[in-house]
Amino acid sequence: MTTPIAQIQQELVDEFAMFQDWQDRYEHLIGMAKGLQTIDPSRKLDDNLVRGCQSRVWLHGEKVDGKVCFTADSDALITKGIVALLVRVYSGHTPQEILGASSEFIDRIGLRQHLSPNRANGLSAMIDQMKHYALAFSA
Amino acid sequence: MISPAVNAAYDVESLRAEFPVLGEQVHGKSLVYFDNAATTQKPKQVIEAVDHYYRAYNSNVHRGAHMLSSLATEAQENAREALRAHINARRAHEVVFTAGTTASLNMAAGSLGQLLLKPGDEVLVTAMEHHANIVPWQFACERHGAKLKVVPITGEGELDLPVIPGLPRNPGLFTDQPGQAPNPGLFTDRTKILAIAHVSNTLGTINPVKELVAEAKRRGIATVVDGAQAIAHLPVDVQDLGCDLYAFSGHKMYAPTGIGVLYGREELLEQMPPWSGGGEMIDRVTFERTTYAGLPFKFEAGTPHIAGIIGLGAAVNWIESRGKEAMAAHEEALLEHATETLSAIDGLRIIGTAAKKVGVVSFVVEGVHHSDLGTLLDQQGIAVRTGHHCTQPLMQCFNITGTTRASFAPYNTIGEVDAMVAATRRAVNMLR
Repeated sequence: MTTPIAQIQQELVDEFAMFQDWQDRYEHLIGMAKGLQTIDPSRKLDDNLVRGCQSRVWLHGEKVDGKVCFTADSDALITKGIVALLVRVYSGHTPQEILGASSEFIDRIGLRQHLSPNRANGLSAMIDQMKHYALAFSA
Repeated sequence: MISPAVNAAYDVESLRAEFPVLGEQVHGKSLVYFDNAATTQKPKQVIEAVDHYYRAYNSNVHRGAHMLSSLATEAQENAREALRAHINARRAHEVVFTAGTTASLNMAAGSLGQLLLKPGDEVLVTAMEHHANIVPWQFACERHGAKLKVVPITGEGELDLPVIPGLPRNPGLFTDQPGQAPNPGLFTDRTKILAIAHVSNTLGTINPVKELVAEAKRRGIATVVDGAQAIAHLPVDVQDLGCDLYAFSGHKMYAPTGIGVLYGREELLEQMPPWSGGGEMIDRVTFERTTYAGLPFKFEAGTPHIAGIIGLGAAVNWIESRGKEAMAAHEEALLEHATETLSAIDGLRIIGTAAKKVGVVSFVVEGVHHSDLGTLLDQQGIAVRTGHHCTQPLMQCFNITGTTRASFAPYNTIGEVDAMVAATRRAVNMLR
């Protein structure tokens, strides 16, 4: 039985709430980046690049047993941490669950206010890309 | 905040007090603003001049039959005269107001291209140009069937100019020596335009513009200089440089955004066709034929950015009151200190180590992505730019995707440089 998306989001909000300062928050994000199971090198294609990010972000989705599984990578560590966070939330769920999930947890984590507008756009682009995969797999 | 290395007579604190934004905090920390090559902060004299214009005499210029219009027109033309004096142009009407360097270079490439370029001709740029001094020339080349050629650079980030045997590097550059073949690859008998940055925005390199212009002139080649990064940091004397056109932005010299200048030598501006059509640039319009206004109005179609022009005039007065040379000497001390202390960081490499530089330090750190470094510096209150700095071909020359760039202004301090270096060390430790 998989944990519902909303519950994973709440776990992340609680995790980030423990941090008092920027350094802890970013160190946690960097830790998530280092723990991300990276994309198969053969999937690091230009076609899998997320448009709208300052650094390069590759995102690949595939459907396994009715669920969408995401793998990702980035050449920048903080960006990789952000995409790792999103993979943790959205990967392993049915297309319908992904399409129905809210993304307001990003604001509750307090991440967006610490991101430059460019990065915040990049983050939105990553979520959009994941939802596109879900939409394609829901057909 | 200031070390003995800096001239004791230079009062950085009183200068800082003139820039309201420097008192701001970001992420709860005192702002250290090192993104001056992108845009400088504005002194209160500039802010107040713009404010006063809108409060006291906002009106259109050169059109109204009323007092406010006269005041606005006078203020605009006073600003033009201040700019003329600042760059030592011969005539005030050689100063054309534009929206900024990019607009100036587009006008230069569009109009000069139409005047000079024929199929098979060549435009010469350098490998360190900003996209604004590449793309408009690509447009012009495409339109007229001309070719874009590029002066390469060295690993230090200097122009790779021909070396003449028996002579020191650079002096005598491009001069054909008796008994030697003409220098290949650069100027040819098809070269019509040389378009070159006075100072590189990414590397800080000061190019030997005067010498290049002299050689181009000898060959009858028109010369266009992108002065965006030079205007606030170097004395700019267009007559001494000898160039035909010189482009710069207000916002990189303490003035508002959206205003800039294209200086042009009168004789050339007279020959160049107008680039935008509309109000103010005409002499007489009929549906059969339109004749154009004289200089500078031929190139200033539409209502100008009057508040910006007035702010730019105030910025020029501010620079002159503070003294460009004293400010440049301070920036040089900051550059020297930053270069030395950053270089001590393990794995850090400075990109752009030319002998002559303005206060710009671009660097890469082994194993660290510039965008991560920029984010973690921002968290510590330090504003830098990261990325390709609108110089992608230059990034390709160095085989990198981007750099972190700190660029200095007269209001920065040695203490701020130390804060940046400490913050960089902290960020690098987190990211490795």
